[in-house]
Amino acid sequence: MATKLTARRRRKASPTSESPLVQGLLIALSLLFMGVILLLPLYAVFHEALSKGIGSYFAALLEPDAQSAIRLTLLVAAIAVPLNLIFGLAASWAIAKFEFKGKAFLITLIDLPFSVSPVISGLVYVLLFGAGSVLGPFLKSYGIEVLFALPGIVLATIFVTFPFVARELIPLMQDQGSGDEEAALSLGANGWQTFFRVTLPNIKWGLLYGVLLCNARAMGEFGAVAVVSGKIRGQTTTIPLQVEMLYNEYNATAAFALASLLALLALVTLVLKSALEWRFSAEIAAGNH
Amino acid sequence: MDVRVTNVRKEFDRFPALHDVSLDIHSGELIALLGPSGSGKTTLLRLIAGLEMPTTGRIFFGDTDASEWTVQQRNIGFVFQHYALFRHMTILENVSFGLKVRPRSTRPPAGEIRRRALELLDLVQLSGLEKRYPNQLSGGQRQRVALARALAIEPAVLLLDEPFGALDAQVRRELRKWLREIHDRTGHTTVFVTHDQEEALELSDRLCVMSQGHVEQVGTPDTIYDQPSSPFVFGFIGESSQLPVTLVDGEIRHGNTAIGQSSGPLTAGPARLFFRPHDVDIVEPGAGLTGTVHSSRRVGGTRRVELDLGAGQLAEIDLPFDQAFSQSAAISFRPRRWQLFSAG
Repeated sequence: MATKLTARRRRKASPTSESPLVQGLLIALSLLFMGVILLLPLYAVFHEALSKGIGSYFAALLEPDAQSAIRLTLLVAAIAVPLNLIFGLAASWAIAKFEFKGKAFLITLIDLPFSVSPVISGLVYVLLFGAGSVLGPFLKSYGIEVLFALPGIVLATIFVTFPFVARELIPLMQDQGSGDEEAALSLGANGWQTFFRVTLPNIKWGLLYGVLLCNARAMGEFGAVAVVSGKIRGQTTTIPLQVEMLYNEYNATAAFALASLLALLALVTLVLKSALEWRFSAEIAAGNH
Repeated sequence: MDVRVTNVRKEFDRFPALHDVSLDIHSGELIALLGPSGSGKTTLLRLIAGLEMPTTGRIFFGDTDASEWTVQQRNIGFVFQHYALFRHMTILENVSFGLKVRPRSTRPPAGEIRRRALELLDLVQLSGLEKRYPNQLSGGQRQRVALARALAIEPAVLLLDEPFGALDAQVRRELRKWLREIHDRTGHTTVFVTHDQEEALELSDRLCVMSQGHVEQVGTPDTIYDQPSSPFVFGFIGESSQLPVTLVDGEIRHGNTAIGQSSGPLTAGPARLFFRPHDVDIVEPGAGLTGTVHSSRRVGGTRRVELDLGAGQLAEIDLPFDQAFSQSAAISFRPRRWQLFSAG
């Protein structure tokens, strides 16, 4: 009996591991929390969307306004994400590889969209391009509509999603330093060769991760887009805006059917990210050495 | 290829890292840039490589002024302290990189590139590892890959920045010997930076000792060790003691003890006497400098004894390890070889 007891005590592998009771409690607490906060809403979305059968689910998705919202969302993401990829790369390159005046200021600036309420970012564009501004009427005289049109939505989306790629890359590139680039240059590679053969492969997983997050946010952005889009049904409503409008009209099934698309996007993003990490774990680990 | 550095000054944010440095590197030699950290040795190496540009001064490759050349134009092989291997490429791809990025007109055919890369891997004794990735190799192996990669482009000059700095002592010693062999076989003009004097003395044809952005002395290991030209070099290279002395008509006196005749330009007034622990003769009590044993420790095949000469002056001398003496015993000695520098 006594020996059994000491044996059990010894099984506690290391001084930092807790007793089984505490371990169990902590795990249960995390699971409970995740269940209530994350999984339950996800379940609710799909349950509500399919509550009137699969037929009306697809009917809601095929409705012309819904189709237009889906197209607009995809288009906005297709413009905003590549632009943010380029901006994010340029900014993190500048910050990680060069010394220049105002660097700290630039880093703060990159974080600005995270600290500003999206509604405010939308309002800023209304002020910049609205009827009372200088730019708005000027562009309008050339036939370019910014507010309540695609350019405004794209601008607001870019603003809100700007930090994702840069935030992901800056620490990675700072950590890697410029040793690899110097090596490539000393071996005779030119600037582009160095970028495409050395720099880009070194940061590709971080870049992909940033782009995934950026894309998820670009498609799901509500506040900033709501302000600049004018919510013209069938023309300037993205999926999140369309969801809200349907919901306000007590059309819960259609609202949740569209919302389920965003939920699916989130799931796909997650699966993609995990799959990449699993498939390329060796190289990702090599990148972190 | 000869490399000449003439009157080079380099400032970082107005803080000078190199003051008016000149250095002639001879074709085919293996030269070490040796100095404590902050002496500017790495800056000098990076200036030669073209990874930094001088604030003033010129750098010549052969007879051509290469000061304005980019790093690519200089055709140098650079080996970094932390290897800087491309982690997403195999060893073979790493070594072939410099040939693969050449413009089409000067790029060898793929088969030729592969053959040369394999040949170099054989030279650095890493045959069979060409399909591995850098993170699957040990530190010593990685540095050998880095050297093979640098040699692949047939560089005009091979530059190594603390190449063994990140390795443990055993591997360092092996790679040191091996680098010397590679150099003797390939004959590349080689410059390497180190803060390890043992490494520099053992490996190089000539040393360039640097301190605080200046070149202190350039010479063969023998010259540097036996005829240091400045107090800094004497103190930095090897073990040494210094004593304040007075010169009277060319005679060197420490207190009332005469040590010998000054053969240099210094003949009168105060001066500093430098000597090494193994360059002393033990003499009859009272017939030379006398001190009491302050401490002693075993160093290799000898016993290094620290003597208290009074007035807070300490001197280190080497004694046979089996010579018996008691703590605080008085020992008299006379430096056999020394160097005088002006006091100040």
